[in-house]
Order: sequence, then structure tokens, then C-alpha cells
Amino acid sequence: MSNYFKILRPGINSTFQDLGRFGLQHLGIVPSGCMDRSLFYLANQLVGNEVFEGVLEFAYQGPLLELESESAEIAIAGKVNFNVIDKNGKIKQGVCNQNFCIYKGEKIDIISTVKSVYGYLSISGGFKLDKVKESISTLVRAKIGSNDGEKLKLGEKIFYNQIKSANSKKKIEFNFDENNTIRVMEGLQFSYFSKESQKNFFLKEYEITKLTDRMGMRLEGEKLQNVISSNIKSEGITKGSIQVPGDGQPIILLSDHPTIGGYPKIANVITADYDKLVQKAPGTKINFKLVDISIAESAFEEYLKRLNNNLNAIRL
Amino acid sequence: MLKKISNIGDCGIACDFGDEISKDTNKEVIKFFSFVQDSTKAKKIKGILNCTPSYNKLIINFDLEKIKSSELIQFIQKSDYSKITLPEKNKLIEIPICYDEEFALDIKTLEQKTKLNFKEITKEHLKTDFFVYMIGFVPGHPFMGDLNKKLYLNRLETPRVRVPKGSVGIVEKFCNIYTFDSPGGWNIIGKTPLELFNINKKNPSILSPGDSVQFKSITKKELLSFKNE
Repeated sequence: MSNYFKILRPGINSTFQDLGRFGLQHLGIVPSGCMDRSLFYLANQLVGNEVFEGVLEFAYQGPLLELESESAEIAIAGKVNFNVIDKNGKIKQGVCNQNFCIYKGEKIDIISTVKSVYGYLSISGGFKLDKVKESISTLVRAKIGSNDGEKLKLGEKIFYNQIKSANSKKKIEFNFDENNTIRVMEGLQFSYFSKESQKNFFLKEYEITKLTDRMGMRLEGEKLQNVISSNIKSEGITKGSIQVPGDGQPIILLSDHPTIGGYPKIANVITADYDKLVQKAPGTKINFKLVDISIAESAFEEYLKRLNNNLNAIRL
Repeated sequence: MLKKISNIGDCGIACDFGDEISKDTNKEVIKFFSFVQDSTKAKKIKGILNCTPSYNKLIINFDLEKIKSSELIQFIQKSDYSKITLPEKNKLIEIPICYDEEFALDIKTLEQKTKLNFKEITKEHLKTDFFVYMIGFVPGHPFMGDLNKKLYLNRLETPRVRVPKGSVGIVEKFCNIYTFDSPGGWNIIGKTPLELFNINKKNPSILSPGDSVQFKSITKKELLSFKNE
């Protein structure tokens, strides 16, 4: 007997993701993977999965799903406004960041993420997904990964592995970091920008525009003056790189970035601040703070410590 | 020669082999790329997630939970990779191309700008021994060179919204092949039916950095009846 949900509404950008696909960037294949790694881990921990199990990632508006099989234990991680609708159409507001069971004929309506961008739906036992090059992560642009490399589509089914017994109640108090300062290190072409622009980049605020997706985040603010060249010899790209094309407006490259590119990079977001950055919604004004490698590395230690504390808090 | 190593954020480094775009510089990059890959396979170094060679740089990304940039840089600095020769697996690949006007979307512009006729252009393209400098931007997409100066062209002023998959384009001394339908600004001179990229194959990309490529002219009929393995 197969266990599945029916997709009654796919949502804006709902894809299956895990940690991503590595070792293939020299062939043009970007790692992809979940945007908010710590939230991804928490989502799995809440339903008793291994933390790297594939989950359903959604942005802004998520899917409307109906359970067609007997039962499922799920969790919705993030700041998410969602409802559980029973067989008679009775609507109950859902609570995120805790596990709960749903039963045949019930619907999960993920209405929106609140003051954030990404949320995760995890299921105890995991979704039934095909791995492509050791990862289920979906890269829509190149049609790679589970669900034939596509976003969720209306009328499709989502299959999952049935668990043997339900987990005990698990929950976590969870808050996103509301601070809008993003720490960065100098980019490879930092010296391409005028002294004034080098200063302005850290002094002024940059607004996240609507032209933001899993590939990149376009910002708007003080124009950055390139005094050398707005084209470089194309070189490999790393997640979190901040490139500045000829128009002087920065673009932060995110998890589905192109693998190589020819725009100069003024800075790189440190790993510890990446999850926080991707959850900032369009319209948010962010500012950048320059740090060196040792600060970035100790910030990452703190990030891991906080993540492990959260994971342990769920386990207890 | 490796000239400089810089950090790219806290989980990447850039190994810089100089400013020149030449086969010699790129071969150094690719040798070094093989060295890092082999060292990873032989477990001489841990935590390497991706190595991305380009014309004159190798970018290495690593797992910050397993290794720090200073350890990786130290490993590189104390290694001797000078004697590495390019592995034999770097091969010569023949790529069929159809120059029929239906696919050679920019042939008229090419004729005007290069002041060569269609036959001279294709002849020049066919006799070029191409070298794969790098693969990327999108999966399997090769950047190859070097074209004869006679064929040097700039990018289209207005890029196309959609360039069909398989289109072969040229800009400056480079030639590329679109592995997906995608936007693009290269001058299109023909089309290949050969599927360069298939994620479901053990090795998803027919071409690797450092390979050699020779084009072979085929007719429209041959293109249409071409079967990929």
C-alpha cells in the first residue's frame, strides 16, 4: 500500500531539498540544497528523522495537501501560518515547530511564511524520493533531482514511507534573528571598487528587492562604482558571493547560483549568517559588516553550538 | 604556476595562476585540479566539497565543520604537484555540427562582420583544435578555444531570450555549446544533435575541463536522424 498526499495547490516555489549535491561543480552542477540549513535540520529532528533526510521546502505561499492514506506524522518548521482542515471542512489553525499527526481526508493548507521566506515540511520516515548523484535536491533550472527536477505541480502525488509508531511530542521555541546586519568578508575583486564605494558598501543600507529567488538576491541601494572593470575573466562561484554588475547594484548569489560567472565580487557572506540572510523578505533593508576569517570561523562555531543546542532541546 | 591563494568567504579559497587566458595557464589550473581531486580520493585531505576550475583559477569549497581554510592552504603549500602530468583520460572528442541556415542563426551577421563567406567561416571553425578551458555556468556547458582571429566577434548587442539547446556559439576566441534552452548572447553558427549533458549517466558530462574537441560537419538530414546513446 502506498502512502501519499495529493497536491491541491503547489504553492509558489515548493521543491524537495536536502543538504545538496557535491563534487560536480567542475561539470557545471551547483550543489543546490536547502536554503536555511539550521531550519532544515530542526524540521527533521522534530519528526525523529536523521537530520539530513529530504524535506519539502516552500517559499512565501506553500502547498495545499490532502492526505489520501491512513495517517502521517509531520512537522512544519519556520514562522508559518497554516491550517489543518478536517474531513468536514472544519478549519483549525496549525502550530509550527512541533510534530503532529494528520489522518485520511485531512488537508494541510500552508498559507504563508510570516516575516520570513522559507519554511519546511518534514515527515516521519521521510518522503519517497529518488536520489540523483547522491542527493534528492531539486534544481529546477537544469531539471535535476527528485520530482523529475520540477517544482511541485497541481494534481501530483507526494509519496512517503510509513512509520511504524508515532513519535512522542516534540517541539521547539524558535525565533529568527531579527538583526539585519549581515557579516561579510572582502571579495576577490574588492579593490575593483572606488574607495568611496568600498566605504559606502558598509555604511549604507541595501534593500532586498522582489527579484529574489533560490538563485540570487538582488539588492537596491547606493550605486557601487567600479573603477577597474565590470567584467572579469569568468571564475568559479561560491554561495554567498556578492557580485556587482555594471549597474552598480549588488546581487547575492544563493544556493542555486550559476557555477561560474564574470562579474566582480565585492564581498562574501560568512557561513554563520547565510541562514539568517535567506530568511529576510523583499523590502527588508540590510547592511553589511566587514569581518576577517578568524571572526567568521568563530561565528560559525557559535552557529553550530546554537544549532546543536536547538537539536538537543528537541531530543529531550 | 600558482601565484596566489585568497579566501573566498570562510569556506572557499581561490588559487590564482595568473592573469593570462592561455592554454598553458589553463593546463596548470587543470593539473592542479586533478591533484586536489586525487588527494581527496586518496583521503590525503578531508572536507573538500567542490573544485571549480576556470581559465586561470581553481576555486575550492570545503565543509567548515571538517577543515579550515588555513589547514587547506597549508596542505597546498607543502604539496609538490609540479611533476603532475595531465591525466590520460583527457581525450579528443568529435562533435557533429550542422551549419544549415535553419540553425546558424547569426551566419549573416558573421559574414558581414568577418568579411568572410559562409564556406570560409565553417572551414575555419572545422579546422580548429578546440581545448576545453572550463565547464559551467549551467550544467555541461563548455567554454572552448581558441578560434582564429579572423572569426573574433563580440557578444550580440541584444541577447536572445531563448537559444535552442545544442546551439553552437562563438564570441572572441571562444566557442560554446548550449546544453539547455537558455537566454544567451553568443553568435550562433550551427547546432549539434549530440547530447553533451545527461544527469542520469554515470559521468553526466561528455566533456571535462582539459579535453580536446574537433567539430565534424553533418547535413540537416544527419542531424535529424542522429541518435544519442
